[in-house]
Amino acid sequence: MAKKPTQRRLELSGEMSISTAGAIRQQLLEALSGAEIVEVDLGRVSECDTTGVQLMLAAKRQAAQAGKTLIFADHSAPVVETLDLLDLFAQLGDPVLIRSQV
Amino acid sequence: MSTMDDALNTFVAEGRELLEQMEESLLQIEQAPDDAGLINAIFRAAHTIKGSAGIFGIDYVVAFTHVAENVLDRVRAGNLTINSDLVALLLAVRDHLGRMLDHVAARSEPDAEIHSVSERLVEQLRNWLAAPPESAPRHEGEAAGSEVEIESRSDDYGQDAGTELWHISARFNIGILRIGLDPIAIIRYLGTFGKIERIVTLTASVPTLEAIDPEGCYLGFEFAYRSDADKATIENAFEYVAEDARIRILPPHSKLSEYKSLIDEVSGDDLRLGDILVHCGTLTQAELEEALVLQATIPVEATVPPLGEVLVQQKLVQPEVVDAALDKQKQLREKHSGEAALIRVNAEKLDQHINLIGELIIASAGINLAAARSGQPELQEAASLLNRLVEDIRDSALQLRMVQIGATFNKFQRVVRDVSKEIGKDIRLEIAGAETELDKTVVERIGDPLTHLVRNSMDHGIESAELRRARGKPGHGTLRLNAYHDSGSIVIEVADDGGGLPRDKILAKAIERGLVKPEQVLSDSEIHALIFEPGFSTAEQVNNLSGRGVGMDVVRRNIVALRGSIEIDSSEGVGTTIRIRLPLTLAIIDGFLVGVGDSSFVVPLEMVVECVELSAAEIEAAQGRNQLDLRGEVLPFIRLRDLFEIPQAAAPEIGNAQEILTQGVDDELAFLLEPVRRENVVVVDYAGRRAGLVVDMLQGEYQTVIRPLGAVFNGLQGISGFTILGSGQVALILDVPGLVRRVAAHEGLRKQLSLSEAC
Repeated sequence: MAKKPTQRRLELSGEMSISTAGAIRQQLLEALSGAEIVEVDLGRVSECDTTGVQLMLAAKRQAAQAGKTLIFADHSAPVVETLDLLDLFAQLGDPVLIRSQV
Repeated sequence: MSTMDDALNTFVAEGRELLEQMEESLLQIEQAPDDAGLINAIFRAAHTIKGSAGIFGIDYVVAFTHVAENVLDRVRAGNLTINSDLVALLLAVRDHLGRMLDHVAARSEPDAEIHSVSERLVEQLRNWLAAPPESAPRHEGEAAGSEVEIESRSDDYGQDAGTELWHISARFNIGILRIGLDPIAIIRYLGTFGKIERIVTLTASVPTLEAIDPEGCYLGFEFAYRSDADKATIENAFEYVAEDARIRILPPHSKLSEYKSLIDEVSGDDLRLGDILVHCGTLTQAELEEALVLQATIPVEATVPPLGEVLVQQKLVQPEVVDAALDKQKQLREKHSGEAALIRVNAEKLDQHINLIGELIIASAGINLAAARSGQPELQEAASLLNRLVEDIRDSALQLRMVQIGATFNKFQRVVRDVSKEIGKDIRLEIAGAETELDKTVVERIGDPLTHLVRNSMDHGIESAELRRARGKPGHGTLRLNAYHDSGSIVIEVADDGGGLPRDKILAKAIERGLVKPEQVLSDSEIHALIFEPGFSTAEQVNNLSGRGVGMDVVRRNIVALRGSIEIDSSEGVGTTIRIRLPLTLAIIDGFLVGVGDSSFVVPLEMVVECVELSAAEIEAAQGRNQLDLRGEVLPFIRLRDLFEIPQAAAPEIGNAQEILTQGVDDELAFLLEPVRRENVVVVDYAGRRAGLVVDMLQGEYQTVIRPLGAVFNGLQGISGFTILGSGQVALILDVPGLVRRVAAHEGLRKQLSLSEAC
């Protein structure tokens, strides 16, 4: 009988910027070490800069290398805007809800 | 032999196209002498014609074009600045090439005159070649003082990319984020004065989460950028990061060799930068291939190899050079087809196709009718499906014949330029609505009337510079050509900001010529329309400038022959707008079928506004006048029964449609469906004027193939053609413009009568 894969959910909030990059990297590493499937909720991320984008890419890479699954979910508007600007949705491969502009 | 003939025909057709492009670019370049894109377009046209003529061994074209190409090459290299003298000479060269192509097309040898013109032009071109080179290296020094490199437009070997986009390539030092700079912010900033068309974010150097320095920068960007900003502005966006980044900015239409060097220099990681350039839309696949070929040819030319290897290398190089040249040709052709993806089709084949579709429409209407009569649901369903498909095929077939009016309009650049030089006025041409489409046949036949109107406006409309200044207008006149679609018609406007039509002088002239009675009261537009009367020739008109062959009456006759109309909007001292209104297509229309007695008529559907019932009360209210109160507005109407003298049927015939409906239905329902004898008014609109057509029966929409009436019926009023219904019956197509005009004329007459009564 295959063991049911362990799941974990991580919620990031506030800035994903150079001032928080170190801490977010730690959070992501911990989450990945403790579970096979990690879902990262980006719903409350207020800002995303180059470091944030890089951490997302690095986390995907890390997970792939370890044979684990890492999903980013519920992208907040600032995250969507940044990923859209850099045309990175396809590369990250997570489903994104594109909100209509209000 | 015949393949050779075909090839030669293609050469002539392509050559003419290239000459047209060349003319267009030449006319534009007067305004923008520094536009490298235009210079290149002109050069390419000459170059391609020379190359193709060489293939066919047409030496007189090759020899002549070669000299022109040399001059253009110097312009391209920046050694020669384009001015209006050179443009005039190059236009003459273009015209001469056109005449040479005529000879090629006719398979005739050029006469002595052609050769002597060639010699004269070559001599003039040689004068330009002899001129000392201008020392104006424009691009030097711009990149100095900054780490940001702007690729200058060197004049080295290689062709220009077709793109209109900037290409920006950006790599950053790993520590850039720590000094507070964020590449994404720069990209956002660029978005404020331009548009990032495509971006490829290079993520290959992003390590794993374990290995990453969270504050390091790993991303690189390649993007295609659309902006009107100049180099300096774009460069400034990268000002702060200049020391910590490698930025390359390639302006639009850079040399392929420059893209090549970008590919060579930048590819640090495992990227196929060439593919990225294609992905960004900066280069086409063909251009990329071309750029990669450069790699093979240039270094060998540039470096001097050891003597012993030279021969071997030359042998090696030779085929590649040939390949490069062939590739270049191939690329030109691909670019051509990539942009438009056109197939040349014989116009006759197309017409035959349209004719067949016309027959198909009639046949399908017949099937529809038969199916409806049969009462079989499956057959009816199949017939209605067929009907829909036939409708679609008709639309797409008509679309095939549609061409943009832009090409016709652009020809007038030259006309305006030449005529304004000739008559010594400074006149500019503005073109709008060039993308408006209309039927090819219409386009072909509209050229002459338009030319006449344009010349007329320039000759008689636009005043001399002194007079214009005295009137407080700018010294240069403006002529505007505009086209747009309006309720099933295409409207073409020729507008000038000249003196306008002198109303009183025209009226006086008309009275003198007996066209108008002195006591007649005419509106402004009626007076303006007088210039279309035969015998009111331009020469005798208000201005004393001589007329040019055709008069305005011929213009109007041409337009009317196309089922169109023409009107004038003019105010004295301000300008004149002549508006031509033409049907979109000449062959097939969506019609609205109406019945009067036993006869059927078709009204073009796009002109139908609405249908209302003509009640007895309304007829009463009109008190014998043919007018109707349509929601508070007066609507003049015509009774088709009176107009065409259709006898009153003793008992109303039951129309086909009703016959079908009543068949197989129980008696009670049949009684309900029995048409009550009443009249209907079809409200039609043409050129903003409305009129009502009184008919007995409304029979619904109907696709119609217009057939012209035979010569016997020439001069028949109110009918523009006929068609065959599915039942085999003939239906007449109403000439709505004519009917509307007739109603308006009646009204005018009545107004006049009541006025004279009042006096």
